[in-house]
Amino acid sequence: MPGPDKETDLTERIEAFLSDLKRGGSGTGPLRGSAETARETTALLRRITAQARWSSAGDLMEIIRKEGRRMTAAQPSETTVGNMIRRVLKIIREEYARSRGSSEETDQQESLHKLLTSGGLSEENFRQHFAALKANVIEAINELLTELEGTTDNIAMQALEHIHSNEVIMTIGRSRTVESFLKDAARKRKFHVIVAECAPFCQGHKMATSLSEAGIETTVIADAAIFAVMSRVNKVIIGTQTVLANGGLRAVNGTHTLALAAKHHSTPLIVCAPMFKLSPQFPNEEDTFHKFVSPHEVLPFTEGEILSKVNVHCPVFDYVPPELITLFISNIGGHAPSYIYRLMSELYHPEDHEL
Amino acid sequence: MSAEPSVASSSTPATQHKKTTRGGTRHFTEGGPVKKDGIQQAKTEGKELTKEEKQRLRKEKKQQKKSKEKKDEKASQESEKEKKPVSSASPASQPPTQPITPKAPSAVPTLVPVPASETPAPADKPAKSKAEMKAERRARQEAERASKQGKKGEVGQQAAPGKPKAPPSELQPVVKRLPEHVQVDNPEVLKKLAKKLERQQIPLRSDYGYKVSLFSHLHQYSRKAPLTQQLSIPSTVIHPAIVRLGLQYSQGIVAGSNARSVALLHAFKQVIRDYTTPPNEELSRDLVNKLKPYISFLNQCRPLSASMGNAIKYIKKEISNIPSQCKEEEAKSKLLNCIDRYIDEKINLAAKAIAKSSIEKISDGDVILVYGCSSLVNHILCEAFEKNRKFRVIVVDSRPRLEGREALRRLVQRGISCTYVLISAVSYILPEVSKVFLGAHALLANGYVMSRVGTSQIALVAKAFNVPVLVCCETYKFCERVQTDSFVSNELDDPDDLIVTRKGKTQLEHWQEVPSLGLLNLVYDVTPPDFVDLVITDLGMIPCTSVPVVLRVKNVDQ
Repeated sequence: MPGPDKETDLTERIEAFLSDLKRGGSGTGPLRGSAETARETTALLRRITAQARWSSAGDLMEIIRKEGRRMTAAQPSETTVGNMIRRVLKIIREEYARSRGSSEETDQQESLHKLLTSGGLSEENFRQHFAALKANVIEAINELLTELEGTTDNIAMQALEHIHSNEVIMTIGRSRTVESFLKDAARKRKFHVIVAECAPFCQGHKMATSLSEAGIETTVIADAAIFAVMSRVNKVIIGTQTVLANGGLRAVNGTHTLALAAKHHSTPLIVCAPMFKLSPQFPNEEDTFHKFVSPHEVLPFTEGEILSKVNVHCPVFDYVPPELITLFISNIGGHAPSYIYRLMSELYHPEDHEL
Repeated sequence: MSAEPSVASSSTPATQHKKTTRGGTRHFTEGGPVKKDGIQQAKTEGKELTKEEKQRLRKEKKQQKKSKEKKDEKASQESEKEKKPVSSASPASQPPTQPITPKAPSAVPTLVPVPASETPAPADKPAKSKAEMKAERRARQEAERASKQGKKGEVGQQAAPGKPKAPPSELQPVVKRLPEHVQVDNPEVLKKLAKKLERQQIPLRSDYGYKVSLFSHLHQYSRKAPLTQQLSIPSTVIHPAIVRLGLQYSQGIVAGSNARSVALLHAFKQVIRDYTTPPNEELSRDLVNKLKPYISFLNQCRPLSASMGNAIKYIKKEISNIPSQCKEEEAKSKLLNCIDRYIDEKINLAAKAIAKSSIEKISDGDVILVYGCSSLVNHILCEAFEKNRKFRVIVVDSRPRLEGREALRRLVQRGISCTYVLISAVSYILPEVSKVFLGAHALLANGYVMSRVGTSQIALVAKAFNVPVLVCCETYKFCERVQTDSFVSNELDDPDDLIVTRKGKTQLEHWQEVPSLGLLNLVYDVTPPDFVDLVITDLGMIPCTSVPVVLRVKNVDQ
């Protein structure tokens, strides 16, 4: 009958997604971009909403939380998964509140008086059943999906406001967002791009070939030359893996050096990051912040005996503190790093920060 | 400044009279305060010189003129023309033999009364360092001297008041001619170089690949096309030891400042051993001339480093100081001893002295970060380990040279516990580090440290984490050049080195075919002195800003 089939189908899809996540992050650089992961996660959550059995908002949130925990555990460094889950949870809360007809969702933490008198929204409140809730939630998730699809284009549209002609722009590694940003600006303006190759994965090479094919004057440099050429650079534009709650970044390794060099030469550092990369994590969670891959990338097995006598590290990410960042460009416009906390409160509910 | 002697020598004898009679009506196009003083002196003392003194001074000026080669022609041409409006009253007894070449920069030094104190200074220095160019210029000078006979008088007059000045070499800087290898974008310079190499029968190495526009003034060679391919074997012009050395340099087999200098000196020892003075020639002059094409050849293989430049200067000085009555065998053995002593003192003993000072800076429990492969830093760490200091080392490496692996092997062999990371992970590993030891290729006169590319980055990040940075450098690598960025004078390595194959795919394989894609492989960069906390040299531990003091002390010694 359709019920059990739907369920098994759903579980199969979830399992497939989880194994995909586990494999995708196996240390050779992201096989898929964050945008794709975000889209797939949201699509899966929509399917769960549609096909799972739940009677009230609370049930749905419980199901989504459970699946969410499994997904984040499969690949902790892929934070977009967790971000999408939190977005959907917030959507559910909002739809629930709207169905109840109350306008409380806007005032939740706004006033101390409310905190004292209402005692906060408790879990019980989500037990009411609303017939239209499912449809509303699915519609809202569809809106979220459309927003996700347009993020890269929205960011690229702002390119001409930030790049003038004959500029020298520096970037590191490979970011699809930055790539489309620069290509969009190159349609109207002429400028030079210097790409730091970002060893050991050397993603910068692919970025450089792609940019030069679009007709942009590109130069590839080794990581060691970042400070040496920085004095001739007008702007640094980078992408990132995650934007942290304090406005800092978790970006590909080498970005902190790049940010320090830019600060030394007073060169503006612009981060192109769509909203789904914003995560309520803080950088002091030491054991979840860093991710390491096989040291074979750094010191290959062909080196022989010394391998057993040395420690080799190959971290994938770097922390960049918010003081070094000048501007964030996201699909909803440009922000200073000090504004990030505000955006976070709009996107996620504080109770969802811990899944 | 260096054009002043030519100015002085090109004054007319007629104006001499004018000076004695009217002291004040002199017009200058531009002038600094120093020049005005000389003028005052000339004005006051011009009347007192007798004919004999003028003759004597004329002769001295002649001598000085011989040793100054560079700006003779052009500057003197201009100065002649400038003299004319000044000495308008005197009929120009010497008709202008050369037309004016309108060159604005040389207008400054072509003032009429040049303070003689400045003239001896440039004369001396060029004599020492440009000795090798004498032969080329002699022919031209004979012709010029005839036309300038009369003008020596005025020069002599200037020389008199200016004589009793302090050792000029200390106070008057010499602007050296810009080396060829940073003027690749100037076609005249390239033509001159091509002619010179043709004369010396050395093949010209051609540039390879698309050069990034910021670096179009530098050479970029490919390792796959070594210069020796164009030489005949056996080469009749270049000594085989030098050919081998050149090949070792261009292929990167001998790399590293100290290694290159020592290899160079050993090759020169071989050359000296095999040298025989041709008849009717003096060893001191001929050997220096023999070495010139070798140096051009080595320069073509790979631009000379600062330490090599200093070593070559030393050898040339030693050779030209050989007295002419010295027998050949004696002279040769003397030179060989000199070279041995130089290597011993400047490199080996210096390393020992530096190691001794550095060991005081290493305490138990230290975590020391080193970058790339510096022979000196490796030596220091091995010595410290012998003295039973307990520390561990983090070796930072960078593409495309990956020299750190060599350092890693050497340290691990001694039993030092090491960690190895790439330079992009340096901000991850730096919180663990207590000290950073860096080697240097050269120390510039404005306190900047010139070293392997990436050194300045490490110093920057270390500064951000408040980790002390110590640079170890022997004094023979100190250099009088000044530089503020890594663009104007650098070396471009083979751009194909950046290409890497990962998982069977080579992204940049066809980079030459894409017109807007360039690869940049820098070799050196400069670290500003505010990133460096201490420089450890064989003369002691000094701050970065004391480099010109050390240079001055060394010059006075010599």
